[in-house]
Amino acid sequence: MKQPGRILLGLYCLLVAVWLVAPTIVVVPMSFNDKKSLAFPPSGFSWQWYQNFFTNPEWSASLIGSLKVAVVTAVFATVIGTLAAFGLDRMKSRVSGVLRALLITPMVVPGVVLAVGIYAVYLDTRLVGTMTGFVLAHTMLAVPFVIIAVSASLEVFDKRLETAAASLGATRLTAFRTVTLPLIAPGILSGLLFAFVTSFDEIIVALFITSPYLKTLPVQIFSSITRDADPTVAAVGTLLFITTSLVIGAGLLICSRQGRR
Amino acid sequence: MRAIDSRNTVPAVAADDRRRWFRGQAFWLVAPALLLLVICLGLPLAIVTLRSFSEPQWGWQNYAWFFGTPVNLTVLQRTFAISAWVTLVCLIAGYPYAYVMTAVGPKMRLVLILCVLVPFWVSGVVRTLAWVILLQDSGVINSVIRAVGLGPVKLIRTQTGVVIGMAQVLLPFMILPLYSVMKTIDLRLMQAARSLGASPARAFAQVYLPLSLPGVYAGAIIVFILALGFYITPALLGGPRSTMLSTLIQNQVLSLLNWGRGGAMGVVLLIATFVLLALAAPLSRQPHKTGSRR
Amino acid sequence: MASPSTRGAAIDLKSVSKHYGSFIALDKVSLGIKPGEFMTLLGPSGSGKTTTLNVIAGFTEVSSGSLDVGGKSVIGVPAHKRNIGVVFQHYALFPHMTVSRNVAYPLTLRGIANPDREARVRKALDMVKMADFGHRFPSELSGGQQQRVALARAIVFDPPLLLMDEPLGALDKKLREWLQLEIKRIHRELGTTFVYVTHDQEEALVLSDRIAVFNQGRIEQIGTGRQLYDEPETLFVGKFVGDSTILRGAASTSGNETAIDIEGRKVAAAKRLADGAKPVMLLRPEKLSLARRGKGGQGRNTLPGRIGEAIYLGSGSKYEVVLADTSKAIVRSSLDAETFAIGDEVDLVFAGSDVKLLADDENADFTLT
Repeated sequence: MKQPGRILLGLYCLLVAVWLVAPTIVVVPMSFNDKKSLAFPPSGFSWQWYQNFFTNPEWSASLIGSLKVAVVTAVFATVIGTLAAFGLDRMKSRVSGVLRALLITPMVVPGVVLAVGIYAVYLDTRLVGTMTGFVLAHTMLAVPFVIIAVSASLEVFDKRLETAAASLGATRLTAFRTVTLPLIAPGILSGLLFAFVTSFDEIIVALFITSPYLKTLPVQIFSSITRDADPTVAAVGTLLFITTSLVIGAGLLICSRQGRR
Repeated sequence: MRAIDSRNTVPAVAADDRRRWFRGQAFWLVAPALLLLVICLGLPLAIVTLRSFSEPQWGWQNYAWFFGTPVNLTVLQRTFAISAWVTLVCLIAGYPYAYVMTAVGPKMRLVLILCVLVPFWVSGVVRTLAWVILLQDSGVINSVIRAVGLGPVKLIRTQTGVVIGMAQVLLPFMILPLYSVMKTIDLRLMQAARSLGASPARAFAQVYLPLSLPGVYAGAIIVFILALGFYITPALLGGPRSTMLSTLIQNQVLSLLNWGRGGAMGVVLLIATFVLLALAAPLSRQPHKTGSRR
Repeated sequence: MASPSTRGAAIDLKSVSKHYGSFIALDKVSLGIKPGEFMTLLGPSGSGKTTTLNVIAGFTEVSSGSLDVGGKSVIGVPAHKRNIGVVFQHYALFPHMTVSRNVAYPLTLRGIANPDREARVRKALDMVKMADFGHRFPSELSGGQQQRVALARAIVFDPPLLLMDEPLGALDKKLREWLQLEIKRIHRELGTTFVYVTHDQEEALVLSDRIAVFNQGRIEQIGTGRQLYDEPETLFVGKFVGDSTILRGAASTSGNETAIDIEGRKVAAAKRLADGAKPVMLLRPEKLSLARRGKGGQGRNTLPGRIGEAIYLGSGSKYEVVLADTSKAIVRSSLDAETFAIGDEVDLVFAGSDVKLLADDENADFTLT
């Protein structure tokens, strides 16, 4: 390609990259606003919204609620999803194709329709606003991500290594524990992360089944945004951004260290 | 001739042979996931469908109401229009971006991939708030426009604002399938086309573009379908003139407590989603993989 | 590791068959391998050699027949209990373990603890000359190095039998030739029974005590390399092992003398055949010589032809001669012999006693992939 064409293409990508990243970055300055306003640029500096986040029981309760739900969901979804991925891997391709498509449907069902249905079921079974209710719904939403992540690593896993292990004296179980599991662990781990994030970030179903006793962080953020212009939301956003960046940065570091293998 | 080449088939069959006892158990490994799906997806959707026919009394009344009320049809049409616009914007922004991802070195590629993933790092609600900040009348974008010397543009609570916000949220879903298809395209095919006398534009249109189409279809389907069901972004960025179907459903059920009408709308949205998926899914299959780049 | 020659296991396959649906992978294969022997299973793709190896290893169950290893039947014994070392073409090293841990793996499974384990790992790596690479990961090694590690891993637990499935197939020629000598040396030092699968007849000749030639799920012939080359029992073996020239003709027998008519020329045969039989005549390249048309070859058999291809080999020349019936003969000649150019009219000269007469076989064709 000619030089001007490359430059133009590069600039275009830069623009798209800015568009992708800007909304994530813009909340950072807003979180230090000195006034209760979301006008840009902020007129002064203060830590008060961070203070508010950590001291206001409404915010801290929703954070704790979210963490609880997300951790339990991640564990359940990882177990159920990993088992399913193994099952699909061991099936005849036609059967597994149909089942796989079925198991992934939660990803494409319109959120509000699903939320309305779940709300109806939960009203009848008194699950609205309960931990069980949240975990059930979120696990269902998170399992597809685990299946996709684990299936991807099973696909690149060389099953002949299990045969090799058998020839060296390993029983099926030992081969699984010492060879298969360590090699697909990255897939399971990323499935776990995806499941956690899916639950931690989920809002539509949460909006319907929330109660004053159990509220998740996204619900709290949503009601805060719709109620008034509260920069505490920006502070939450900034904290989430920093936390996620640290986690992903650490992950990348570990990956690059293992990359030499 | 009896000497068929069984080098590749026989060991595979042999492996299956040893795994056969596992076959019966394979279903039980999938069973918990299926059970969860039935309880948390099948049952709710069944109830939504049931109520659309049974409330307040049995019949097609709710569907008759939905298709007989002009406002609903406007919203339905708008939902499709906005989804189409979002898909188009994502495609125009995502196609060159995904191509560049395949063309640059590994370090730069990591940066580009991180940029695609950054939107996932922060909760969707917060991101929508960020768009409120960016798009509002006194927001960043309007500040820039004013600095250039143009009048303020109304973005927040308009359809344009909704499309901009939704497209940003959905862009990764376009870029990732595009990239995964494009990276399998052997760039030497372009060189081959050039050596055979094709101009760069022709080589692109006749070689690269057709090979990348499965990615285009896959990305477009997923973006369009996710856009159809969008709720949070239009609710926060949109105004009364950019309401989408999801908002209407939520309103019927939570505010008006009309399960029948809400259910009927939900079923319409659901059917639209699955019909689209069924129609478009065959397109996104990769019919011919090009040689690997080894 | 114990003293040589006492520790190899005998293998006895009797009438082993393996069916996959209607496809017959192995058709009543019988094969006896002596303790400490280097046996090569040779054949083209899909001939059943790898299936035989998989049967011995326990990766594939037989459909019928019996299989004894070390005097005991192993039918129904799972692979992990057979105590047989296997080296795979694709190396099959565990990518998440270092070289040392890969080699230590079978010892760990057998409950062998340090320092014994470490010593045996070192000894095995020494044997394959990879002792300095213990801390590396497989992905940091070349193909040849990986295969040597795989070999170390397969011998570290002192199996009485080592199976190798085209272990050098993925390597280039020079490396392959060097590793062949290494494998021969290790076989000598260990005294273990080796069963080696390959489709490369030269490799089989270099390595083996005996070779079993497979074709279409059956064994065509078992013998030393020299036997297979000099005394092929079937047309397939003659064609698969070494270069050969195949001539077809009709036998005419009067009394004890058989002459074979090829394109009008009579060739005296070394043995008596039924009158009117249609045998296949097989000639090795070094048993053939060339002479300018009509000059030389007196008192021996001659066939007219034209040089189709002349290849300089360094140690001599190789010619492809197109005969009158368009069949091709391959002739190897030494450096000091007369040289010919493409298109030269020549006579193919050979002694009747060097002709192998074999039964024709339509299944003798093979393709190398």
